[in-house]
Amino acid sequence: MTEELVTMAHGGGGTRMRELLEEVVFPLLGEPLLMEAEDAAALTMPGERVAFTTDSFVVKPLFFPGGDIGKLAVCGTVNDLAMRGARPLYLTLGLILEEGLPFSVLEEVLRSCAEWSREAGVGIVTGDTKVVEKGMADGMYVNTAGIGVIGEGREVSIKGAAPGDILLVNGFIGDHEVSVIGEREGFDLQVSVRSDCAPLGGLVEAMQEAGDLHALRDPTRGGMAAALKEMASSSGTAVELVEEELPVREEVRAVCEMLGLDPLLLANEGKLVAAVPEEEAEKILEAMRGHSLGEDSALIGKVTDGRMGEVSIMTPLGSHRLLRMPSGEQFPRIC
Amino acid sequence: MCLAVPAEVLELKENDMALTELGGVRKDVSLMLVDDVKAGDYVLVHAGFAIEKIDKVEAEKTLELFEEIAKLDEVY
Amino acid sequence: MRYIDEYRSPDILKGQLERIGDHQNSISLMEVCGTHTMAISRAGLRPLLAPTVDLVSGPGCPVCVTSERDIGKAIAMAGMPDVILTTFGDMMRVPGPQGTLVEAASRGAAVKVVYSPLEALALAEKERDMRVVFLGVGFETTSPLTAAVTLQARERGLDNFYLLSLHKLIPPALRALVTMEGFGIDGFILPGHVSVIIGSEAYSFLPEEFDIPCAVAGFEAADILQAIIRIIEMKEGCPAVSIEYSRAVRPEGNPKALDIMNQVFEPEDAEWRGIGTIPGSGLRLREDFRHHDAGAWEVDVPPAQAESRCRCGDILCGRIKPPQCALFAGECTPENPVGPCMVSTEGTCASYYLYDYRKGDDLD
Repeated sequence: MTEELVTMAHGGGGTRMRELLEEVVFPLLGEPLLMEAEDAAALTMPGERVAFTTDSFVVKPLFFPGGDIGKLAVCGTVNDLAMRGARPLYLTLGLILEEGLPFSVLEEVLRSCAEWSREAGVGIVTGDTKVVEKGMADGMYVNTAGIGVIGEGREVSIKGAAPGDILLVNGFIGDHEVSVIGEREGFDLQVSVRSDCAPLGGLVEAMQEAGDLHALRDPTRGGMAAALKEMASSSGTAVELVEEELPVREEVRAVCEMLGLDPLLLANEGKLVAAVPEEEAEKILEAMRGHSLGEDSALIGKVTDGRMGEVSIMTPLGSHRLLRMPSGEQFPRIC
Repeated sequence: MCLAVPAEVLELKENDMALTELGGVRKDVSLMLVDDVKAGDYVLVHAGFAIEKIDKVEAEKTLELFEEIAKLDEVY
Repeated sequence: MRYIDEYRSPDILKGQLERIGDHQNSISLMEVCGTHTMAISRAGLRPLLAPTVDLVSGPGCPVCVTSERDIGKAIAMAGMPDVILTTFGDMMRVPGPQGTLVEAASRGAAVKVVYSPLEALALAEKERDMRVVFLGVGFETTSPLTAAVTLQARERGLDNFYLLSLHKLIPPALRALVTMEGFGIDGFILPGHVSVIIGSEAYSFLPEEFDIPCAVAGFEAADILQAIIRIIEMKEGCPAVSIEYSRAVRPEGNPKALDIMNQVFEPEDAEWRGIGTIPGSGLRLREDFRHHDAGAWEVDVPPAQAESRCRCGDILCGRIKPPQCALFAGECTPENPVGPCMVSTEGTCASYYLYDYRKGDDLD
């Protein structure tokens, strides 16, 4: 393509758009079904129990240490499916592009989508492109849907956490949000932490081979706090965390100290928290630690029959404090 | 109004600024409110400004005092 | 992290707690500063200190005590077409007559959260055709910063930089508190970082005129416990102001910061939400800096809401505990705050709700 910037014409449905798809999108994504350019992809699902999810991605900046909006879109969607115990199979990719977006940015994002969908073992089989006026879409917004199959006996729900279960997490929390904060204009913080953005399908499979998973959740927006609160509420249980066992990198701790943030409220993009039966915890933990995305896995607490929906944390002194669901965006504070 | 963290001064920069580090995170802070700061000093950082130098001798003394108190109680 | 982790050692903390527990009589102490309230809650100290020490949270929460009218001014300014309002994140959810800054932003007001007033200055440099207003809240820890930034604005000729000073001072507030009817606190845990700036001599009236012992405390758990130990000792001995944060606080404070503060600001009477007007407890820009003073602007502020059953005033003065307010945890929650004590995450009620309170507990 000779142009360097995306224009309204590229979303117009005419020849410009055709060129965009045939010369940029299809070659970079490289998916045969996609290239058929039908109105819909016709698929045969290898099983009857299907997991179906949708998500939208509006991250700013588009590129951050450890990832970009494309990687985020693929992994985020794949992970939603994996949290149900499903094998992710197909993704859609809806792009809303800002007029004036450099083609080089679009190409970089598409390359990332291709790379990570291959890594996750999924195909991007259908999609859509729209262009909106300059000033909208922060460069680019991405919407996806994802579909996968749940094998016999593999289905997981957050409702399944039961009193006595052990809580496991697959590594350091807060990395993603801190990697993005570092890039955010104005804060002027130099961090070396990279986003933990990663596809977790393989990790979940390894865990299911090792034992029974009662509940899974990926702690994205709202962090571990939101994920655990939802798990406790949905399953009618209470959760007790052990503060000393929470894996938090020193840099993430430092940023939290500086900005007055709580690591439990920070977004993650490559983490899951699992509630597993006590007798299987050790086996599952070992399987997690043996997987590249779970090397720093930790046992962080347990599920109890306390007050429904309550999440409490035991401090190093042995006292307890309650964790509440964050009501909105976490702002840095000076007080 | 009191959120401030101790950070190590790595190097002095122009315009009365300094590069500081805490736990591996680096940040430029203003030295407008403090005097005689050099690399290796620790400063208390509040909202992008150093508001005081940490007195390392006093810090040590304080820690020793705390440890005293803790040990004394073991004896009981 | 150096100068942080060492002061969180559980072994030290346990020893200190035992030392406090050995004390026979129970006492009531006020931690003045909102950041102390947060630190105490996060470390889970309150239940471990009971029943020997009962901690009461004081009015040192700038978010909690900023008047509704002042927030209203800030929100009105944010809505003006050529204004960008820059603010610390703490203020975003404080309710004013027109709602909160978050709500104003969603209606199109230009509001930007900054970590440092330096960012507001940089924005003024970048957006020369906009008026950049910095919402200056905070006590003596923060006012030297906004003073320094205002001096810089003048030096660099940034006429489009303005300060809306809502800064307040701690010692006048303490004086007002101890002279209030029904005030019965045995000692003060004084704000460590305010004291970094103003030193310890500013508080000497407390032991000298009112026989109240106080300790200037740092913000790590060990610092707070040490301050409590010291106050207990002084109760049995001689009341004084003791610096228990000597690695950062000098008796004379930080003279350079004080000087900069005094160059730019002068005291004025100020309204403290829930308490009323306290003489000489606020800071306004001196005449020299009036051209950077957003406080001098003519702004339309809707009238403040009528006083409801909110009891933040009593809470801030330590007269009652959150569960004793009829609205607490019912109509007034962190998601739907009625009063300022619930808005700020370090406000007494929010802190209590977030960290201590259990649904269904007996309310005292």
